[in-house]
Amino acid sequence: MFELPKKLVGLVLLLVALALPFVLTDFWLQTGLFVMATAVGAVGLTLLVGVAGQLSLGHAAFAAIGAYVYAFTTGESTTTVEGLGLPPLLGLVLAALVAAGVGAAFSPVAGRLRGIYLGLATLGLVFVVRHLLVNLDDWTGGFVGRSVEPFAVPGFSFSNRDPDYLAIAGVEFEGLHRLWYLFVLVAVLAIWLASNIRSGRTGRAWANVRDSETAAAAMGVGVAGAKRSAFVVSSAYAGMAGAMLALAYGRVAPDVFSLTASVDYLVMIVLGGLGSVAGAVVGAVFVTSLPLVLAQYSSALPFLAAPGSGGLDPSTASRIVYGLAIIAVLVFLRGGLAGAAGRLRGRLTGSRAGAAPTPAVDRPVAGDPPRSKETTR
Amino acid sequence: MSYFLEQVLNGLSYGLVLSLIAAGFAIVFTSTGVLNFAHGSIVLLGAYLVAVLHDTIGFWPAVLVGLLGAAVVGVLINMLLVRHLADPNPGTAAILMLGVDIVLLTELTRRIGNQVLTLGAPWGASVVRLGDVTLPTGRVLAAGVTVVAFAGLWYLFSRTDLGVGMRAAAADGPTASLMGIRLSRTAATGWALAGILAAVAGIFLTSFPAPGVAPTVALSAFAAIPAWVLGGFDSVPGAVVGGLLIGLTSALVTGYEAELEPFLGAGFGEVAPYVVMIVVLLVRPSGLMGSKEAVRV
Repeated sequence: MFELPKKLVGLVLLLVALALPFVLTDFWLQTGLFVMATAVGAVGLTLLVGVAGQLSLGHAAFAAIGAYVYAFTTGESTTTVEGLGLPPLLGLVLAALVAAGVGAAFSPVAGRLRGIYLGLATLGLVFVVRHLLVNLDDWTGGFVGRSVEPFAVPGFSFSNRDPDYLAIAGVEFEGLHRLWYLFVLVAVLAIWLASNIRSGRTGRAWANVRDSETAAAAMGVGVAGAKRSAFVVSSAYAGMAGAMLALAYGRVAPDVFSLTASVDYLVMIVLGGLGSVAGAVVGAVFVTSLPLVLAQYSSALPFLAAPGSGGLDPSTASRIVYGLAIIAVLVFLRGGLAGAAGRLRGRLTGSRAGAAPTPAVDRPVAGDPPRSKETTR
Repeated sequence: MSYFLEQVLNGLSYGLVLSLIAAGFAIVFTSTGVLNFAHGSIVLLGAYLVAVLHDTIGFWPAVLVGLLGAAVVGVLINMLLVRHLADPNPGTAAILMLGVDIVLLTELTRRIGNQVLTLGAPWGASVVRLGDVTLPTGRVLAAGVTVVAFAGLWYLFSRTDLGVGMRAAAADGPTASLMGIRLSRTAATGWALAGILAAVAGIFLTSFPAPGVAPTVALSAFAAIPAWVLGGFDSVPGAVVGGLLIGLTSALVTGYEAELEPFLGAGFGEVAPYVVMIVVLLVRPSGLMGSKEAVRV
């Protein structure tokens, strides 16, 4: 009985998303683009961390690969940077494919390490990729980065030109409006695909590996293969998210894809509830829009000071807010927002059906003695 | 030749400081199973306390406050947050520590702002000459203090009841608990020890030849993660070996950067530790001296 309302909610949300460009200002459109881009990345990470139980701190590295592959393959060669000048649609596909390929190349590590150990190994990836981005400056533009070609299909560009003027129902559709619909399409596909992977054979195998590698192996799941495939799929998602970010910024630079960005993706999926696709989207909305919104309205908020004045500036405030939010969710709210929503639904209908078990990274091996609250080992 | 020797000695003393931080990671991990991503902030916190207080209460009392402050914060994180996780397991604990790190680091960064605070260390910018090799006094002191600290740790873990209890708790918590070892006490000791080691490392990382206390110190403490992983997740001697290896690698790569740049690119010194870590994890997933994880059914 929960299936119908869930679909209905999804449909209503989709209709709202499609209608929003008619009413939103440019600031909110831009924020929405960033939210949708990071949501795709967060959905990919929740498959890896929440469903398959492998920690990754390298998500930003794969996003960087996607962003730069798009910028490089679609960009034209100039005096400072090279580019291949390929069609943007091909560039977008390549962004996800190359990121997946690099993820696959990392699979000798990803297939063997488990949980937090993999998290530490992927920490190294962020630094290595950043080093490459700064040093391969013929392709990447080095420290300052390079500009990104707007997305286009023959005869229609997702920018302010070509066609120069496009209006629907009296609202002029500029680059931001056009990109909005592209992003909604990609995000919906990504979410739909992730939900299917999660509930299908592959997702069950991943969850099995998360809960107990030994039991999974006994059930006929190839443990190393499952970990590898989870890592590759999540890398592809990150690559797509990176390319979307590049499109939303109109520019790529190494600083966008720092360790902080990796941590932000983790924050999103933890707030939303590990393993929950809808939770990842909600987390992305919160984490991505909070600093932007606080910065936009900082003059109206009395407790915020101007950046650099030593007071509480918007980016500092938002970092403290979501640092505290993580702590609060992990200590008080089992299963994040999705877990809480599930319990609430279960309580409202008087059944336990809504209260899905919380997935966890590195669940204790079955058969271990029960763990006291004293230790988390 | 003396240039090479200088790089090696510099690398070894830097490596010893890193091994203090790496040992903190290992101790927290063995005593509570937590991957302490907030460790970098605790390193910065120790140094920050010394920098702020040394003018009013003098350098040595400030050091004492710094060490105690870092230890207390560590113990409180464990008591108030880690032990109350809604879903206790290593993965969520690691993410919790990322959250703690965000809060601590953001607040310290806000307080420090754009300035570089001086530490007021009495050894200042003096240097020690050994033949034709010149080393900063701070680095020589760091090496000495680290050796003493590890001798103390060895004594604690092999000769005292508390240390042996900690090892027992790390090996098998529930059984140790049944034998009358109080896990809350061993856990608190572990976090306090890690905090003290972090603060000592913070003092040496921010005194000469480093410019002073700046938020980037927390990031350089991240370089101790490869050292810890390299040595093995649960091994304090491994942390020393890992620290020395990483210290040597980054000192030599930075020292010979001009020669290496054509192949490796500028600034490879910052990346080298992570490259070494990934390579070691490929060959030995449990580090050089870590115990192989047993799988029980």
